Amino acid sequence: MALIEIRNLSKSFDENHVLREVNIDVEKGSTVVILGKSGMGKSVLLKIIVGLIRPDSGSVRIDDREVAGMRSKELNELRRTMGYLFQGAALYDSMSVRENLAFPLVRQEKLNEEELEERVLDQLRLVGLQDAIDKMPSELSGGMKKRIGLARALIANPQIMLYDEPTTGLDPITSREISTLIKNLQARYQPTSIAVTHDMQCARIIADTAAILHDGTLDQQGTIEVLERSQDDTVRSFFATQ
Amino acid sequence: MNRDARTGVARRLSPFHFLAGFLERAGSLTVFSARFFPNVLVPPYEFGEVRRHLDELGSRSLPLVGITGFIVGLIIAMQTRPTLFRFGADSFLPAMVAISFVRELGPVITALIVAGRVSSGIGAELGSMRVTEQIDAMEVSGIDPYKFLVVTRVLACVLLQPLLTAIVNAVGLFGSYVAIAIESSMSWRLYWDSVVQSLTFADLVPGLAKTAIFGFIIGIVGCHQGFTAEGGTVGVGKASTTAVVLSSMLIIFVDMILVKLTVVIWP
Repeated sequence: MALIEIRNLSKSFDENHVLREVNIDVEKGSTVVILGKSGMGKSVLLKIIVGLIRPDSGSVRIDDREVAGMRSKELNELRRTMGYLFQGAALYDSMSVRENLAFPLVRQEKLNEEELEERVLDQLRLVGLQDAIDKMPSELSGGMKKRIGLARALIANPQIMLYDEPTTGLDPITSREISTLIKNLQARYQPTSIAVTHDMQCARIIADTAAILHDGTLDQQGTIEVLERSQDDTVRSFFATQ
Repeated sequence: MNRDARTGVARRLSPFHFLAGFLERAGSLTVFSARFFPNVLVPPYEFGEVRRHLDELGSRSLPLVGITGFIVGLIIAMQTRPTLFRFGADSFLPAMVAISFVRELGPVITALIVAGRVSSGIGAELGSMRVTEQIDAMEVSGIDPYKFLVVTRVLACVLLQPLLTAIVNAVGLFGSYVAIAIESSMSWRLYWDSVVQSLTFADLVPGLAKTAIFGFIIGIVGCHQGFTAEGGTVGVGKASTTAVVLSSMLIIFVDMILVKLTVVIWP
């Protein structure tokens, strides 16, 4: 059974129809990558899933519960089971790395100071940045920010992970490192994941299945290998540019 | 002319659009402000964050408002003394300075200075958090950003404003004594006795109580501008500037109403 079910989802901003009747199912424990050019509405889709943006029509059901109809308390409870890696990592720039990672834990779990420190350090070890614990976000490189963002998103062991352009703005080597790290963390925590990206290298590493968002619709879905063999002009043109 | 926040395209606004935009913003600010009251009462309480803002906003504002208060007190005494002297009424100078400072000048000057320093700072900080998705990040981790970012800042402003105003009043009165002492032989004891005798409950309490309302305006306007910022760094700059302009205007407007109310209650 699909953990995330999206049906006939549409969203427009003024005259710009970003999503048109989007349908997709995400099976529990699987990773779906949504590919598409920049500005196609991939991030909007993720923000609708997590309840940051309301859709014009259609439904998003998570674990058989409709997201759009949730009250704020219920939505917050749902969000606590989710992790979200933002495009720019979105680290709280007034807080140190330690405080960034501890922020959700302090407010969601009853941990003493030692347990909290241990959880933060464990998470930093996973992303290879335990030495950065006292640094401020402004002292980190783009790749380090992504790693810390990833560590923060996964610290509460979420059932669902959403990745918004996890490798954007990184050089190819760092991009590959982040993609491999995501793959390893996926294997460790086994969350149900949706990643949106235009980076094919990242998609090849982390995806179980993929879909292409084009003109607001998600009509091409399958494994990366299947999509690469597709005769559809849109799919071919997308893979040809990568 | 106005520029679309998303497309950047310039467009001419009709009076109807201007009025609709004004009402929309006023409504948005009203709804945003109303959320403060239930949120400030309901746990969880972020005491540590309130303490941090009190420390940051208070300690950084204190030198500015202190120096300004001292100079304003000095200037008022210097400007007024020759006129009162001409009518043989210079002995009323301490009372006049005290009443004008405690009732009006202290609260309003402090509020306008803090609005310029704190409201713009809050607008820029939260605006920057909005455009870099930090507020969204807080929201998706199941934590109410309004409670963590807005309630703590507004509460700090409400608590801080009466304290800063009391300090400005004290420093301003000292400044006016310095000006009087330079020109005459009035002792500190005589000056202070005149000040204390001239002030009543109707001067002190409303003067300090309204500063809490000014603090609320400063905090909530800055937070609202930051929370609704859009359009990248341009939006952050706009949020910061609008926070100062709007909070200063609201302070003066609300002060006018409160003065009238005070006069009605304590004629």
